[in-house]
Amino acid sequence: MTTQLSSVSEVLPPPTERYTILGWLHKNLFSSWFNSILSIVAGSFVAVVLVGIIKWVFVSAQWAVVNDNIALYMKGQYPGAQDWRLWVLIYLAALLVGLMWSSYFHRVDVIAWVLVSIFLVLAIWLLLLGKAAWWKLLLVDGFGIVGFSLGQRFPNVSKRLTILLLLLYMPLVLLIIRGFGTDGFIPQIGTNLWGGLLLSLLLAIIGIVFSFPIGVLLALGRQSQMPALKTLSIIYIEVIRGVPLITLLFMGQLMLPFFLPAGISIDRVIRAVVAIIMFAAAYMAENVRGGLQSIPVGQYEAADAIGLSGYRKMLNIILPQALRTVIPVLVGQFIGLFKDTSLVALVGLLDLLGIARGILANPSYIGRQLEVFVFIALIYWIFSYAMSYAARRLEISLGVGER
Amino acid sequence: MSRKLIVLFAVLIVSVLVISACASAAPAPAEQKASEPAQSTTQSTLDVVKARGKLICGSNQAVPGFGFLQTDGSFAGFDIDFCKALSAAIFGDPSKVEYRPLSAKQRFTALQAGEIDVLIRNTTWTLTRDTELGANFAPTTFYDGQGITVRRDSGVNTLEDLAGASICVASGTTTELNLADQMASRGIAYTPVVFETADETTSAYLDGRCDAYTTDKSGLVARMSLFPNPQDHKILEETLSKEPLGPVVRQGDDQWFDVVKWTVFATFTGEEMGITSQNVDDAKANAKDPNVRKLLGLEGDMGQKLGLSNDWAYNIIKMVGNYAEIYNRNLGPDTVFNLARGLNASWVDGGLLYAPPIR
Amino acid sequence: MATNTSEQSAVPIWRDERYLEIIAQAVVVLGIVALFWWLIHNLLTGLESLGTPLSFRFLGQTSQFDIGETSLEYSRNSSYSRALLVGLVNTLRVSLIGIVFATLLGLIVGVARLSSNWLVSRLAAVYVELLRNIPLLVFLIFLSSTVFHKLPKVQEAAHLGNWAFLTNRGIYIAWFDPAASYTVYRWVLMVAALAAVVVAALLIRKGKRTGRMPLYWLWAFVIFVVVTGLGWFLMPTPPLTVNIPSLQGRNFRGGISLTPEFMAIFSGLVIYTAAFIAEVVRAGIQAVSKGQREAASALGLSGFMTLRLIIFPQALRVIIPPLTSQYLNLTKNSSLAVAVGYPDLFSVGGTIVNQSGRAVEVILITMAVYLSFSLLTSLFMNWYNRRTQLVER
Repeated sequence: MTTQLSSVSEVLPPPTERYTILGWLHKNLFSSWFNSILSIVAGSFVAVVLVGIIKWVFVSAQWAVVNDNIALYMKGQYPGAQDWRLWVLIYLAALLVGLMWSSYFHRVDVIAWVLVSIFLVLAIWLLLLGKAAWWKLLLVDGFGIVGFSLGQRFPNVSKRLTILLLLLYMPLVLLIIRGFGTDGFIPQIGTNLWGGLLLSLLLAIIGIVFSFPIGVLLALGRQSQMPALKTLSIIYIEVIRGVPLITLLFMGQLMLPFFLPAGISIDRVIRAVVAIIMFAAAYMAENVRGGLQSIPVGQYEAADAIGLSGYRKMLNIILPQALRTVIPVLVGQFIGLFKDTSLVALVGLLDLLGIARGILANPSYIGRQLEVFVFIALIYWIFSYAMSYAARRLEISLGVGER
Repeated sequence: MSRKLIVLFAVLIVSVLVISACASAAPAPAEQKASEPAQSTTQSTLDVVKARGKLICGSNQAVPGFGFLQTDGSFAGFDIDFCKALSAAIFGDPSKVEYRPLSAKQRFTALQAGEIDVLIRNTTWTLTRDTELGANFAPTTFYDGQGITVRRDSGVNTLEDLAGASICVASGTTTELNLADQMASRGIAYTPVVFETADETTSAYLDGRCDAYTTDKSGLVARMSLFPNPQDHKILEETLSKEPLGPVVRQGDDQWFDVVKWTVFATFTGEEMGITSQNVDDAKANAKDPNVRKLLGLEGDMGQKLGLSNDWAYNIIKMVGNYAEIYNRNLGPDTVFNLARGLNASWVDGGLLYAPPIR
Repeated sequence: MATNTSEQSAVPIWRDERYLEIIAQAVVVLGIVALFWWLIHNLLTGLESLGTPLSFRFLGQTSQFDIGETSLEYSRNSSYSRALLVGLVNTLRVSLIGIVFATLLGLIVGVARLSSNWLVSRLAAVYVELLRNIPLLVFLIFLSSTVFHKLPKVQEAAHLGNWAFLTNRGIYIAWFDPAASYTVYRWVLMVAALAAVVVAALLIRKGKRTGRMPLYWLWAFVIFVVVTGLGWFLMPTPPLTVNIPSLQGRNFRGGISLTPEFMAIFSGLVIYTAAFIAEVVRAGIQAVSKGQREAASALGLSGFMTLRLIIFPQALRVIIPPLTSQYLNLTKNSSLAVAVGYPDLFSVGGTIVNQSGRAVEVILITMAVYLSFSLLTSLFMNWYNRRTQLVER
């Protein structure tokens, strides 16, 4: 081995591999007889499944059970006269996404086009169904584009503004959806009328927003030097992680009324939310702890050496680094939390799954389970996958992978 | 970088606080005013309901004819109409009801815990429920009995023919217990296949998961009428049990119990007197019969004795109808169910519905 | 650093961090104790006023309901506690079998995801991405209502010769029944197992001495088969008879049967958890440095041998902790069986709540059981981690 290393600039990049179609096939599918057999088996499997799916979707499936009930799936029994509130929130969200896109990704790429065309396709779908709401979906695209161009126009302001708006957005969602007062501009709408995808998303968002800080506190508690705090944190985390979410939800629905003094009753949705938050916080704590442990001791010592107090050390030095390393795990957990909201259907809330079961109970739709479950599974999938995709983009943009 | 994150974190915490403020504090005034005394014995449920401005009715969402969720998101059915009648009696408006769909398993805990004001969800009156579960049963609105549906071509004619069969049943019901009792007492071996909801139970039977399907006979008829080929199925002659179904309230609030009881009786009485939602205005204008006058609030202050307005029964009949109307609307000849009145006819017609005099 | 200042002018107690810490902790602990005392007080008085004071004595009462699937003896005359036990056994049954199959499937998918075959690795990726992004509950209800309940009816059972029948009442597979001579044959089995173990141990020792490891598991297997086979023919009558399922009356009898409810929760848990295990396996394999793989191929090991001898042993240490938590998740997720009608612990508990009105007691018992599963597993994991840490270089 030569000791003399060529300088970096002299090293040529490896030649980019170029294949003909046949060459690609040979390398990736038919490199050996074993691979060839695998490819043929897998290929025919894919072909059969695809043909089956296409046949079912376009020929044998009866989509009336989905088409007739779109409003129920989306918002449950939320009064139709108040739909405009939800649209306003959707437009705001579109605006925000546009802003974020311009400040973080800077340019329009394939995914942006996919996002835009999703709403285009949905709008065409609604138009074909003869629903009047189709143009509202086009407006979503419009607001997204407006947000994006605003971000491009004022790049300096927009980044900070985006974060601020993003944080304000969540309380705003709750305020607008719930409303206040019996009459007036936005009358209060009881949580018993919240349903469908709307309820699922709300449960997930509130769950994420609340469980995150609680989880961080619990993680710090578990890592702290104070024995009592440490023990309490450990007990909480381990007990909650040891039981299934469904038992917590049942406890919230069935037992909580007994735990409170006679007379105080808490809204059913809030009870479910509390159970979800309690549950998620324990898992969040463990994930954040993973991040804390990944911080080298040197960082702690350095912080001590420059005389930072305990909480300054945590807030300025340790947490920012720790949280950055666990972003992928946290997003994974957020996805889990969103999926877990479906369990509230088992305690009688009419979330996306609950409303789907309610619709299937309608005698006109007997035997339409496949259509309904494929439809709601698709909705869950799109949201979860979008989250994990966004996480991957964020990870790259924050450079987490390059530790 | 870290400073940005700190700012972000701080804003996040602030926004969390804001959310918690509007999530927990905001509903508080409405909630507290409404439901704070829900359980206390000093203030009656009636006052609570009035103060809240709506009735919370534990209901079914998946039994066609009795209580189910319609495409437009509203509830309909025989049981639901009694919720409406109660609301009409209290508020003079049948729509001030919040329906809380409950599974068979959840219903009693929801009632005990004061989450609902009244449970109208085809619930059978039994001694244990009346005592240990802390429930009080209002008059039976529907006399039922448990039956078994089988396929016509299965050759099953009696319970004994079901030896070795799988039988679909909903969990947490008296049906489940009756089935176990009957089969044990006759020494018939069978496999129970238990599901959470009535819906899952029927669809499992239709899929051929079970040889037979058991629930109250009314439920069987209601369900069967919706089967793809109703003529392929039949209900066995045998009745496994008595199932008196009616509204349920918590023990310990007599005034509220009275309101629920007499709301039901008012619908019975309306039918006895031949007063319907169509002719009730007429009847009120020309009422001579003292009994009719008392019912419609023209004399005797009957409503006030219940803590309601005097036109309570008028409102029930005008807005929801008498028992016959409620029955026919949901289960009668014009519906797909076409259930014969049978035991559920007024005593005048030889049935069991008999209201004490309103005087 | 601050020692000499504190000696001169002692830091006042209210600013001394040591005291502050203790006070803060005391406040928190007191607050939490008070909160709990308050909650429990409410609970007890509330239950008292309902006439159902907290007590576990109801567990001895007759349950009065039947359970469809029981591994233990159970009837409507059994007690509530017996019913809970039946539920517990059902939970364990589906969890344990589920764990085994989820591991196998997860392993296959995880390895397939790293396959050099483009189609296979894409397929595995689609599988993982599809399953990881839909809720388990939706998947379970989907499986139960659109797959297992839509299998052929009993009369039109799909079958594999006479050996297996596929119907929407269950899957029936031919199985062995012990015959009269089985009591003796059991000893033969034990001897065979013992012989196999001894042979394997000897071969391993020899392998360690000579540095050439023989195929000890193959030899052990051969010994086992030879001894059991000999024993079989020496018996006067065959010790096991094949029990073939057949349609008797309305249902199949004989063989082992798997109900659609069991199959729904079982296959749902397996397919779903396998997607997560696949990711764990993939991460584990990728954690093994590339040099190891290159070195193995330089030594001329085949792809499979590289995986078995080089990659897996090293990946295992990374894989085990997340794998255990997936196992725990699977066990906890089995409580969703309630949605497909399989009588697991949680589902039986729900029925008891309704029939007895004892919500608080039953939920407490259920939570305690799940909690003890996970605590036992954590204890085992701690022990395992300590063990593997010693091996660490």
